[in-house]
Amino acid sequence: MALPSYTETRYRIWHYIYIAICTFVFFFLIAPLFVIFPLSFNAEEFLVFSEGMKNLDPDAFSLRWYKDMIYGTKNPWGLAAKNSFIIAIFATIGSIILGTLAALGLSSRHMPYKGIIMATLISPMIVPLIISGVAIFFFMAKVGLAATHTGIVLAHIILGTPFVVITVTATLSGFDHSVTRAAASLGSNPVNTFMKVTLPLILPGVISGGLFAFVTSFDEVVVVLFLAGLENTTIPIQMWTGLREQLSPTILAVATCLIILSTLILISAELLRRRSERLRGINR
Amino acid sequence: MSSETKQILTTDGIPLEVSLKKAEKKNKIKAFLLVAPLLLFLIITYVFPIGEMFSRSIDDKMITNMLPKTFKEMEKWDGQELPPEEVFTAFYYDFKVLVDKQEHGKLGQRLNKEKNGFNSITKKLFRQVKRKKIDESTSIKEQIMKVHKRWRNVEYWQAIKRTAPPYTMSKYLKGMDMYYAADGSITQVEEDRRIHRILWLRTLEIAFFVTLFCFLMGYPIAHLLATLPMKYSNLLMICVLLPFWTSLLVRTASWMILLQQQGVVNDFFVMIGLVADDSRPEMMYNKVGTYVAMTQILLPFMVLPLYSVMKTISPSLMRAGKSLGGTPFVAFWKVYFPLTIPGIGAGCLLVFILAIGYYITPALVGGASGTLISNQIAFHMKQTLDWSFASAMGLMLLSGVLVIYWIYNKLVGVDNIKLG
Repeated sequence: MALPSYTETRYRIWHYIYIAICTFVFFFLIAPLFVIFPLSFNAEEFLVFSEGMKNLDPDAFSLRWYKDMIYGTKNPWGLAAKNSFIIAIFATIGSIILGTLAALGLSSRHMPYKGIIMATLISPMIVPLIISGVAIFFFMAKVGLAATHTGIVLAHIILGTPFVVITVTATLSGFDHSVTRAAASLGSNPVNTFMKVTLPLILPGVISGGLFAFVTSFDEVVVVLFLAGLENTTIPIQMWTGLREQLSPTILAVATCLIILSTLILISAELLRRRSERLRGINR
Repeated sequence: MSSETKQILTTDGIPLEVSLKKAEKKNKIKAFLLVAPLLLFLIITYVFPIGEMFSRSIDDKMITNMLPKTFKEMEKWDGQELPPEEVFTAFYYDFKVLVDKQEHGKLGQRLNKEKNGFNSITKKLFRQVKRKKIDESTSIKEQIMKVHKRWRNVEYWQAIKRTAPPYTMSKYLKGMDMYYAADGSITQVEEDRRIHRILWLRTLEIAFFVTLFCFLMGYPIAHLLATLPMKYSNLLMICVLLPFWTSLLVRTASWMILLQQQGVVNDFFVMIGLVADDSRPEMMYNKVGTYVAMTQILLPFMVLPLYSVMKTISPSLMRAGKSLGGTPFVAFWKVYFPLTIPGIGAGCLLVFILAIGYYITPALVGGASGTLISNQIAFHMKQTLDWSFASAMGLMLLSGVLVIYWIYNKLVGVDNIKLG
């Protein structure tokens, strides 16, 4: 942001203050994530930068916590990772199906009571998780699904659908409904129209909603804390327990893996968003 | 008949208006059927259970079912002096049933919550009944009164009478540090025991300040993102979105590492000479930790709505303001800022809603002075197992959140939530 040459000095100063503030805020946002990186390669057991690390002594770095994460005896990360992935995948599929259908209905201009229904469908995102956790726990305990994978998957579908509803509705807001009418006039039945015409066009929105649902489930800890038994432990639960009891560098190794995963998801979400905007003809 | 001839008919001979209405109705049903699976699913697994929390929070049927005869007799008792013989007799027979079912302990505990001292006198009475010391042929009132002097105290009988209704609001009162006094009036607990009120106020305070900090930090960077050329702003946007996509626990963990006493932030303070090495301040397990971590975690929720609003403001408006003689400050304050108010509203409400119900981060970095009402709910769900109290507090929190949600919906519209 170059300043025009006629800018007065005091506004110049203001401008540099503004840039400094922005730099600080960006630093504040992103820097905490990078602390975890080097510390996860710490050769020692403490969560502080050792003298050796500060001097970049190669002996101060090691992969021992990554080894511990993967091979460590009686460590729960393997089971937790397996559970987390299974639960997140099924929850994502469920959220995508229910959420996309609902979004299709909601974007129809014939939809009755749109406002109140939309508000209800989004509410799991707004209601504090602790309340959702209590309510879902009561329900799952009553129907006998507490401490089962099914129960947790259902709970995560509840929490994941709002994201799918929001992203797909947003994609559909720029959707040209005449293409479906064109398909119908050419003799296509509604299911065929959806699969061949509508879905490919809204797919970026569906997938990015799915990514949100996946991350929500993969990262969710409050509701799972109520629902999970020992068998259903997930990565967030293990991290939660670890952070409460004692911070071990193994957690940082796991955290590093999670940051890499979220970076990958972010990149795919961004690419999808751009593709979607291109498809919808929004050029910026 | 002229009006009928004017009516437009479809090829089937049905009036067009009727036919259109039919088609409209069909479309409505079609749209609704698409929404129905999710709506039904949410109502069964989510909306009803929240409603059930309400019935659980006011439920007091246990004791009503334990002492049916007593409460029936008590209806005739005015509650001023000791109850008549019939009440004592009914209570004795109810109690005998409980002894047979071994539920007298539960009764004692429940009554003890109403008035201290019930636990021991029900145990005393239990021993007498168990040993069949009570002679059913003479006055039972006299015999019960002899078991312990508290059974002769009218206050204890009044306490029993108060438990008669199957529903109670006492859990809600407890959540506001109030209770039903002996005469049934609502009273505040002593000043030094008003823990819940402190928590409510602290929750509001933390949510308010986190929202304020997010606004103060989010506004400049949203402005920068919206005014920079696309290729730079896309790169900087990653700085906002990466934390947004990263696990909450990972972000909290990184703050725990940064803020600990031997942590990077303290190291830095020592290095620049702000604090001495041996008096490093405690920045975690208190309010400071909660503020810092929550602000960073919720900041993207402020930046994204602000950005999407600022993106639509044409830069020529600022130029016009300046060319009409406004200084950059005046142009900003009179032209730009008012246009961003919708974004400010959306961002602040969203951050406030999310902050008010926060649980994980305060529980990990908050310590005792940084915990919020959510932590108290979790405590009662997991430790004390007082689920009805947890439900009551949850619903009190929920009602507050729903009010803000309603305002948000009116001002912003739920379908305008921005997710990156």
